[in-house]
Amino acid sequence: MAVYKRGYEGYQGQLTPEWSRFLVIARQAYRRVFDSKRMIAFLALSFVPVLVYAILIYLPHNAGALQIFNIRKLLSIDAGFFYHFINTQGFLAFVLTAFLGPGLISADLANNALPLYFCRPFSRTEYVLGKMSVLAILLSAITWIPGLLLFAFQSYLEGWTWFVQNMYIGSAIFVGSWIWIAVLSLLALAMSAWVKWKLAAGALIMASVFVTAGFGEAMSNMLHTDSGGLINILKDTDAVWFSLFRLDNSTGLSVESAVGMLVAVSGLCLYLLSRKIRAYEVERS
Amino acid sequence: MANDATPVIELQGLEVRFGRRTILDNLQGSLSGRAIGLLGPNGAGKSTLINTLMGFYPPFRGTARIFGRDIRTDLRRVRGLIGYMPENESFIAGMSAVVFVRYMAELSGLPPAAALERAHEALFYVGLGEARYRKLEEHSLGMKQLAKLAQAIAHGPKLLFLDEPTNGLDPPARQRMIRLIRDIRERGDLHLILCSHLLRDVEECCEEVLILKQGRIVHYSNLEAERRSNRKFLELETDTDGAPFAQAVQKLGCECALAGERRIKMVLTDGVAIRDLYRLAAENATRIRKLNYKRDSLEDIFLKAMENGNGSL
Repeated sequence: MAVYKRGYEGYQGQLTPEWSRFLVIARQAYRRVFDSKRMIAFLALSFVPVLVYAILIYLPHNAGALQIFNIRKLLSIDAGFFYHFINTQGFLAFVLTAFLGPGLISADLANNALPLYFCRPFSRTEYVLGKMSVLAILLSAITWIPGLLLFAFQSYLEGWTWFVQNMYIGSAIFVGSWIWIAVLSLLALAMSAWVKWKLAAGALIMASVFVTAGFGEAMSNMLHTDSGGLINILKDTDAVWFSLFRLDNSTGLSVESAVGMLVAVSGLCLYLLSRKIRAYEVERS
Repeated sequence: MANDATPVIELQGLEVRFGRRTILDNLQGSLSGRAIGLLGPNGAGKSTLINTLMGFYPPFRGTARIFGRDIRTDLRRVRGLIGYMPENESFIAGMSAVVFVRYMAELSGLPPAAALERAHEALFYVGLGEARYRKLEEHSLGMKQLAKLAQAIAHGPKLLFLDEPTNGLDPPARQRMIRLIRDIRERGDLHLILCSHLLRDVEECCEEVLILKQGRIVHYSNLEAERRSNRKFLELETDTDGAPFAQAVQKLGCECALAGERRIKMVLTDGVAIRDLYRLAAENATRIRKLNYKRDSLEDIFLKAMENGNGSL
């Protein structure tokens, strides 16, 4: 019978597994993301550095190019090379988050849609997980996934010995990217949950990174100490990355304090989310 | 799954507090009707009760069961049985009605293809078939209400919570909504709880009514039973003193009460017909001037409940 002729009937069919339902949020969000030409253009642009780095890896292994540019002497493909790659992609991930993050929760809050999510067999944790997965999947696509592909490419060109000696680079790319993705996602979701206006939420995400960075630097200069850098999320992440890539830590921060700060920021974001992600807010007196 | 004998909702000393304020106070009872109206003045706790049953607010004391499932320990399954149409405007901007309803159905666990099919069905059913590809923010208030109803039924719930479904609707839209609710009720495969401060809505759609006042249950009745009993409740006006006539009627086994010198209220017993009353009136030289079936309207029931205010189920 045609759809428009049917009356109301109960549903007797199969249900999807409960664990997979948070992905419905991601799937729906991607439909909207890929409707935006600007977003597609930005995503495409995010892969340009990947291409450049791939060429930089390939050139030293090309005899013709070596002869022309003498590249092996100019560029060594090591932990520093991959650290720079993650740094570049990390910045693009931040910009992408600032564009995409603000609308993730604020759109639901603006029109009171949260009760519609939570009246279903769908928890607040799943909701946050679903919203986080939107960012996590996209940011993964421009950070650790191409990073590991480049690492595999370099290993293929250099051989097994290089791979075994530099396996820590692979894990540094993976772990370092995930730390950045987690911090960025939580920050974006928390801002999106507290500021209903998308533009303001985007500005706040930018500010939470750059203003704290500036404030931290000012504090360090005034107090003649490095500890001001602790409130600079970029510097904290850098300190962790330096440690993961086994490079000299030029941030002046200890890895432990940087990790502690990132955990604290993430914890604060989770707390802010738990306060705001509710079907209804209750006025207590 | 619960069998037919399982009550739809069991309230077991349910108490809800916001801070130090008690919003729902020791609610007890068992509701089994197909369509239950939840009535009460503003602030009586109607929406809080619905929200608590859906797990939005934690009970401070006691609990409730929906189809035998405890809302404290089995909330996920409880929510799996529920469809909810909230009171306030609730939608996601930028989505068409069909995408919105499909999205909500998928969140309830329907596979994408089934969710899409059911979304189309539900939107045609509520009367939004032609507008299903329009963005929700472009819909009128009445259409948004219908879209909310569509998302509440698309996944085929067993229990439907309708919180003020006719809010802000013009008379034709209200009539359409009431017709839909009655149609859903009459299909018989789901129960519905209609929360409203509009007595007419409840009277037109519900079989049972639960009245709340200041967080307590003050009245619970089966409207159908009330309507049936009202069929035998008469109010008469006579041209002379009605006492002899009333005594004669009492001899037939009917309950009678004088509501004034010439006004009599009576409940007829089985086997006593109106023509018997006229015969008795003639025998007692009394003329019946007025004879009305007295019907306690829901408004009467509501007002009485508001006056008494200390009942329980």
